[in-house]
Amino acid sequence: MPALEQLEVEFTKAWADPGFHQELDDLLRDFVGRPTPVYRAARLSDRLGIDLYLKREDLAHTGAHKINNTMGQALLTKRMGKRRVIAETGAGQHGVATATACALLGQECVVYMGEKDIERQALNVHRMRMLGTEVRPVTSGAGTLKDAVSAAMRDWVSSVDGTHYIIGSVVGPHPFPWMVRELQKVIGEELLEQMDGSSPHRPVPDVIVACVGGGSNAMGVFYPYAGSGVDLVGVEAAGFGLESGHHGASLVAGSPGVIHGSMTYLLQDDQGQILEAHSISAGLDYPGVGPEHSYFKDHGMVRYVSITDEEAVEAVHLLASIEGIIPALESAHALAWITKEAKSLEGKTVVLNLSGRGDKDVQQIVDAE
Amino acid sequence: MSRERLTELFAECRAEGRAALMPYMTVGLPSPEESVQLFVAMAEAGADGFEVGIPYADPLMDGPTIQAAGERALAAGSGVEVGLDLLGQIVTQTGKPCVVMTYVNPILRMGIEVFADRVAGAGASGVIVADLPVDEADVFIEAFEARGIGLVLFVAPTTTEQRLSRVLKADPPFVYGVAELGVTGVRTTASSHIPSLVSRVRRHSEVPVVAGVGISTPDQARAAASDADGVIVGSALVRGVLLANDVGEAEELLRIAIGDLARAVRPPR
Repeated sequence: MPALEQLEVEFTKAWADPGFHQELDDLLRDFVGRPTPVYRAARLSDRLGIDLYLKREDLAHTGAHKINNTMGQALLTKRMGKRRVIAETGAGQHGVATATACALLGQECVVYMGEKDIERQALNVHRMRMLGTEVRPVTSGAGTLKDAVSAAMRDWVSSVDGTHYIIGSVVGPHPFPWMVRELQKVIGEELLEQMDGSSPHRPVPDVIVACVGGGSNAMGVFYPYAGSGVDLVGVEAAGFGLESGHHGASLVAGSPGVIHGSMTYLLQDDQGQILEAHSISAGLDYPGVGPEHSYFKDHGMVRYVSITDEEAVEAVHLLASIEGIIPALESAHALAWITKEAKSLEGKTVVLNLSGRGDKDVQQIVDAE
Repeated sequence: MSRERLTELFAECRAEGRAALMPYMTVGLPSPEESVQLFVAMAEAGADGFEVGIPYADPLMDGPTIQAAGERALAAGSGVEVGLDLLGQIVTQTGKPCVVMTYVNPILRMGIEVFADRVAGAGASGVIVADLPVDEADVFIEAFEARGIGLVLFVAPTTTEQRLSRVLKADPPFVYGVAELGVTGVRTTASSHIPSLVSRVRRHSEVPVVAGVGISTPDQARAAASDADGVIVGSALVRGVLLANDVGEAEELLRIAIGDLARAVRPPR
């Protein structure tokens, strides 16, 4: 608890400091490549009968939105005088983004990763190691993201003096969900400027769609639009199908409880044991979700839906074949929902937050086929 | 008023100039049917009370040994319901004060009031909720106190003075003094934090301080017992149970270990 209180104070001060913002903004522009473009997917728009735009977070350095958060938290680590960073990772994108920030800033970095995820995301494991990070396999539980978060938290309680825990999503105890949201909302803030209605090429979106695991890319793009009247849709992993019980749809099919220090919707049994999630996409394979998403759900501010493994894989192929973009399996869930709902979206301006690129998933998809 | 049984225990131990030995054990090992006899064996060997661990799928405060114990117990059919049923038998058959150790989610799922009824109905004296900070504890304390049981709160070497005063204001039946930063599990060295933790609490209050986390050997227990009112040993005992080939062997290992620890928490004659 004192570590969390200290972190809240430190981030509050940093976030109010123009010098901190200057340093972060320079890195985001020159190192990460922000702002990321918005691209109108013309062929797919024609096919679906909607006006579809992609917010290209896949073009951010390291290939996903995760770096927005890790650059900020790595700078904060430096500001706090800590020299060691730990992180958890599911798909490996947050691990790579953390390893990258730490390499840049000369920080020691240890990433916890479930052994099942190490297997299905081998490319990202190699990338992390090349960046000088130690990847520690987590063998407890199902060996996925939940177990990696738990392992990182267990490390942190004994190492808190010199170590900062860079959590990868809008989950965990306060101040993490707030801090990560603040660092990710740059996505939505850019989009507000890029699609401000000032010309026919920059229409104001009717609908914004993003995938939700822990929910950081969705929170990043939704937050600046919350309450604006734009239809916000969060897409969770339905895995083998909601009725199979093997999925990661905490908001759609879960119930309120406490996981990793926050009260939120989660997957649990009737005695309050946390259940293992399932998704083909390691980044959505988490039984909880950021607590602010739970708030959005309860207040009807965002619609939450779900997409199966199979539908997501189809969407990867679709985008690759007609737009020349291989999306991450996570982001493909959001696209799959758009294609499925194309009829009800007809004529609308739809933005897909393309949270990551799919290089990491190619081997897994090929193996499965 | 089962909370008073803890009060009596610590008063008795203080009068005898020793610390209370309060082992932790995951309930439902090696199976739900064979679990209670392990507690009985420990009571016979000199345990003064118990921390009865409800198996949980995601025990954030626990190290590899108690994680493995939880997984094993769940697989053997234990859980929250079974654990609370067995709790009543443990209290009755050992005659020792028991505190339940669990995490916040199973309590919320059952409902705080229902959970409190079950714990009080089992005759237990208190509850430890590993992931419940004092900031969120009021509603739990209220439900527990109404039923004569207490909520045990944590004090760690990193706890600030401000937080310590909130913990003491909440009037716990005892304070769980975290001897080592980090998760539960065996450490090779004795904790150096206990004396300062105890004296920090003593400056404000006479509430008993029970040391736990990282205490496994008689030497470590002896060191902790010279300052603390009680000592919790968990992973070292659980490890024996996990390694034992059958319940008879588990019982034997526990009797030996508890016998040594019970001598260690008493001053040398």
